[in-house]
Amino acid sequence: MITLQEMMDKLKYYNGEPVQFMEVCGTHTNSIFKHGIPGMLSKNIKLISGPGCPVCVTSGNYIDRAAEISMKENTVLYTFGDMIKVPGYNTSLSAAKAKGGRVEIMYSPFDVLNLAIANPSTTFVIAAVGFETTTPIYALLLDKMIKNDIHNIHFLTALKTIVPALEWICGSNPNIDGFIGPGHVSAILGYDIYKKACSKCSIPMAVAGFEAEEIIAAIYDLLIQSERKTSDVHNLYASVVTSKGNPKAISITDKYFQAESASWRGLGSIEGSGLFLRNEYSEYDEDSRSIGVDEKQDQGCLCGEVIIGKVTPDECPWFANECTPSTPHGPCMVSIEGTCGIWFRNGAKKICK
Amino acid sequence: MVQKRSEKNMQISLAHGSGGNATRELINEIFQKHFSNEILNQMEDSAVLTVPTGKIAFTTDSFVVQPLFFKGGDIGKLAVCGTVNDLLMQGAVPKYLPAGFILEEGLLLDDLNKIVISMKEAATQANVQIVTGDTKVVEGHGGIYINTSGLGFIEDSVYISSKSVKPGDAVIVSGNLGNHHACILSHRMKIENNIYSDCAPLTDMVRNLIAGGIKIRSMRDITRGGLATVLNEIADSCGHHINLIDTQIPVDREVQAFSDILGLDPLYMGNEGKFTVIVDGSDADRAIEILRKSKYGANAVIVGTVESCQSNGETNGESNDEINQTSGETNQAPGGINQASGGINQAPGGINQASGGTNQAPGVTLTTKLGGKRIIDILYGEGLPRIC
Amino acid sequence: MCLAVPGKVIETDGITAKVDFSGNILNVELSLVTAEIGDYVLVHAGVAIAVLAEDEALETINLYAEVEDCLK
Repeated sequence: MITLQEMMDKLKYYNGEPVQFMEVCGTHTNSIFKHGIPGMLSKNIKLISGPGCPVCVTSGNYIDRAAEISMKENTVLYTFGDMIKVPGYNTSLSAAKAKGGRVEIMYSPFDVLNLAIANPSTTFVIAAVGFETTTPIYALLLDKMIKNDIHNIHFLTALKTIVPALEWICGSNPNIDGFIGPGHVSAILGYDIYKKACSKCSIPMAVAGFEAEEIIAAIYDLLIQSERKTSDVHNLYASVVTSKGNPKAISITDKYFQAESASWRGLGSIEGSGLFLRNEYSEYDEDSRSIGVDEKQDQGCLCGEVIIGKVTPDECPWFANECTPSTPHGPCMVSIEGTCGIWFRNGAKKICK
Repeated sequence: MVQKRSEKNMQISLAHGSGGNATRELINEIFQKHFSNEILNQMEDSAVLTVPTGKIAFTTDSFVVQPLFFKGGDIGKLAVCGTVNDLLMQGAVPKYLPAGFILEEGLLLDDLNKIVISMKEAATQANVQIVTGDTKVVEGHGGIYINTSGLGFIEDSVYISSKSVKPGDAVIVSGNLGNHHACILSHRMKIENNIYSDCAPLTDMVRNLIAGGIKIRSMRDITRGGLATVLNEIADSCGHHINLIDTQIPVDREVQAFSDILGLDPLYMGNEGKFTVIVDGSDADRAIEILRKSKYGANAVIVGTVESCQSNGETNGESNDEINQTSGETNQAPGGINQASGGINQAPGGINQASGGTNQAPGVTLTTKLGGKRIIDILYGEGLPRIC
Repeated sequence: MCLAVPGKVIETDGITAKVDFSGNILNVELSLVTAEIGDYVLVHAGVAIAVLAEDEALETINLYAEVEDCLK
């Protein structure tokens, strides 16, 4: 049986055609740097980061709208911690809070439920951002709200789906030789769902866990597949991921949400890549569809190209001089799973000296 | 009505800050009662101290923690230990603390009493006296903020400064990381666990290291921003590189799991009873022995070494060429440090390809479990719990 | 995109559960999985999204076998 050392050696001494593998998920980007993996690879294997940072791809208009909502009377906006400092086009949630807006951080959307019950005359708006790992959680919450006749929680949604994004990416960036598949999105969706896109794009995928060994194994798998020119989907996270995923999670998501076009910050609109509350549940929706497509761009910010792997952060002229975590121009620098922020926190700041 | 009046008597009110009778009662019945010592009891406008000639260490710190009481301590204990530890980090023998209190209306007198008792206990344990103080009362919702300054005396033979850190020195931490931060967050987020703050005076460990003749270069307590931030400051100060070994970093299993749940990293989490000491490499093992026999030092461990910024002779030439090629703007200046900055940081190849053998700029790295290398920067942002 | 951690179910009514993460006890929504006391679940944002076999939660034993299997 292959050993970890054999896999590591293969990756370190690989001398074949240069390859680029994209890790789709922002949590993978974090793990890759945390385990020091880039330094363990041959110079002919390059890792590029994908769009799996939900906060990075949330439109600037959305953040401005969320900030506006937080200023309304008898309203509190709840968000995950990641989004607090991300700049919209006009403002950010932290700036709104400093001006008196009510913005609170949640560990789980379910934290809000008891608060809503205890404060019936307050409207609780959840900034419902995420990919398919998180969407079922909002669906489950809505399910519980309906069963318990709770009406004072609303959702401002910016929910995305990963498969349309993958297809869009391979159409826009021809230099991807493999995908490191998202571990926890796959726990929900299963891995069969990627087969069509991978076959169409002729790009292999290895669904990976988050430990160093698991990521090494995935890169190894992609390298071998790349050498063999196969474009199969391999599941290397079998402890958590099955071929069909979590049927209860898929079914409850489908009950409350439907797929429509969605706006990706820096990229524009991708068909079928968003999930919105079905019309019959519109009373719980904080008019999410009206946010629309971002027409403005963050002038000069290359975040949109970074998230499809066309540009690495250090290739952006603003990286680490004008654009830093304290003075971010775009979400990729300030979001905790943003590629530019991860590169910066892993030592690239010394460029600016 | 009677009940309301007695409820009011149980709380701080603006009258307590007026300088009149209520103030006098507060000082007598709480502050002087518990802090009592010869110097304080003079009750003059200033404490008069007799000090030896030579170096004096002087520091100040303010304490604003919420909640006021937590597992393993309270704001009072923090206020004494925090300042005592700052003095100890300079190699000083802490002696005298003043304590300033800003009390919000509504603070329960019972809570204030507990906090002051806690301060007295911590002071006794640390062998310091609280010799003067001040109290102000402001409008508010029952909060309390404490400032303590500290005075300590440094023996002539003792010189501690991060500027004296040299390649070959050993980097030691006195115990497991992240407990205080995890404890406070657990309270705030109502997560049930058995994590206690590590709030404690570092007196025994520091005095024993000094008495043991250990060649100490630098000592820093590992507070806000965690070990990563502190070591980056030291690296900047001394101009050398620090490399940590991941498998050596000590973290309680419960704290690690807590951090994993919230997406936090113990390297960036604050402590209130831990310090990092950098010692001459030849003294490392003896320093560990001394720490492990000292109070609060049972889990002391060597976590890394100080390395030279110059090439260590194992430069991967191929790597450097790749680095120069890919960046297009590489700093071509000769010399280890400039080349190091250009090499590692400008090219994606630089970040991806730099391994332990290439030129290193001053900073902190971590060798991971599988032998990879991770650059450890200072803390950016607030370490908020994340979900994604 | 998906920060999730494994924990052990110590109490449940089938809908919610107390889950132990090495000594940290959280209330978790359990209705998206089928799990019993003693099972390990993967928890994301307060909700269990998958059930793990106990040995797989604690070790990475089968990883290399999976790689070989996929690439044969």
